[in-house]
Amino acid sequence: MAEAQRTPTVIADGVHITYTVHGGHPGGRGGATAALGRILNRRPAPAGRKVHAVRGVGFVAYRGEAIGLIGSNGSGKSTLLKAIAGLQPVDRGAIHTQGQPSLLGVNAALMEDLTGERNVILGGLAMGMSRTEIRERYDGIVDFSGINEKDDAISRPMRTYSSGMGARLRFSIAAARSHDVLLIDEALSTGDARFRRRSQRRIDELRAEAGTVFLVSHSNSTITETCERALWLEAGTLRMDGPAKEVVAAYEEFTARPGTEKANK
Amino acid sequence: MTTTLAPPAPPAAPAEDLGALARRHGLSVSGARPSLPAYVRQLWSRRDFITAFATARLTAQFSQARLGQVWQVMTPLLNAAVYYLIFGVLMNAKNGVPDYVPFLITGIFVWTFTANTVQAGTRAISGNLGLVRALHFPRASLPISLAFQQLQQLLFSLAALVVMLACFGEFPTWSWLLAVPALFLQALFSTGVALVLARLAARTPDISQLMPFVLRTWMYASGAMFSIQNLAGSGRFPDAVVLALQCNPAAVYIDLMRFALIESFTGAQLPPHVWALAAGWALLAFAGGFVWFWKAEETYGRG
Repeated sequence: MAEAQRTPTVIADGVHITYTVHGGHPGGRGGATAALGRILNRRPAPAGRKVHAVRGVGFVAYRGEAIGLIGSNGSGKSTLLKAIAGLQPVDRGAIHTQGQPSLLGVNAALMEDLTGERNVILGGLAMGMSRTEIRERYDGIVDFSGINEKDDAISRPMRTYSSGMGARLRFSIAAARSHDVLLIDEALSTGDARFRRRSQRRIDELRAEAGTVFLVSHSNSTITETCERALWLEAGTLRMDGPAKEVVAAYEEFTARPGTEKANK
Repeated sequence: MTTTLAPPAPPAAPAEDLGALARRHGLSVSGARPSLPAYVRQLWSRRDFITAFATARLTAQFSQARLGQVWQVMTPLLNAAVYYLIFGVLMNAKNGVPDYVPFLITGIFVWTFTANTVQAGTRAISGNLGLVRALHFPRASLPISLAFQQLQQLLFSLAALVVMLACFGEFPTWSWLLAVPALFLQALFSTGVALVLARLAARTPDISQLMPFVLRTWMYASGAMFSIQNLAGSGRFPDAVVLALQCNPAAVYIDLMRFALIESFTGAQLPPHVWALAAGWALLAFAGGFVWFWKAEETYGRG
């Protein structure tokens, strides 16, 4: 496709993200005596440590693309995803988006003490669906989760579910809605093998409906199976941006090496 | 492949170019605060979520208890019993107050609504960080939803109140209809204060530790269990102080409710221009609180 015909959905323009970490300071901050001492001496509370998580990342994502984000732990993948979703402020640069990108996940909206049935409704509303939309998709959500296969589990409180059942229902609710830009952070590792295959198919469907899908995963095979393009972040910088297979191969080569001192061997 | 590893070079694209590309395709900056009218529209489109979240929390609250939802009514009744024992029997605050029990119970229930709404407001953002960090919705949904939960709770209490009033010989009259506007204004006021505290406590969570003390002081200053009017008679306080106590919003809403429900509580015991006061406090708190909360919309749940 020619550059002019492709519609960009997410544009990251020289993005820098820093966040402040409170607590866990070297030099014993947390203690009550330390806090009291600070108050008595009128010293200001020490500012939290600054973490420069993303350093000047720029890319353009287009409609219809599935983009994998790979990199070592703490390389800034999840932070970047949050920033795309508009849930983490950007220090320098800007992220422009088409519509409202959404993270896949409704866990925080669900209540363990309520029945699965009420949680489907609550979760759907929390994601911005209307009551009619939820009523239309309700059966689909429950069937997809497969928790009703043995008994009428959907009418029991969620706290009585096994962890696998809970995870399946949460994924089913979260995946019930299609989005312009969908951001997935390691969501594919829930449930048993059968459910994983089903969720893989659902991700593909969502991708077809959505403009663009971003996927953070530590499973290289998931990235190559799901995405055709990959971004490799290392220490907050964009190390490589290209076809998923090439980027993953380069990343695998990088991680296979015991240390960077052997890089030029 | 090894060659691409050596320099950590991002694909070179001039910054102006990307900004221009975004503008050309009409992309918007992620995570920017919407305008006030757009914010109100977003909030309105989330009304189903606001009410469902409130009801879900109300239901979940007692789901582990054996008696379940009976606690909705039991809790306010037990509260009233405790206060009756302390203030009615031991401290004898009923001196000079006709129909003291209805007077007391109405005061407690109405006050509890404002107090719980305000206290819930302090945890609206700080207690729901997971939700704020994972999903997109106008954040004012949270304090408003918690206020709605308390309003539902109050309706349970009022049902208990009606029964108790009947026990003490107060039966429904036309003046009971005045309770509806009084309650509406009180709900607006309490939600406004909750919005203010939600923003304050989002930045400084310590506020929710401090609030119980502030609220207790406020309760005793608002005549929930004694008559402010009788303070004036005692002559220990200048009239201006008594008038100020009577005009404080909590006292205004409590007294309006008593005026509506209790026959022996007459208009003479209300401060002058009481409905104007009630409406004024409600509008001031709600409009002010809402705008103030909105101004920090993009900062909630960050850092």
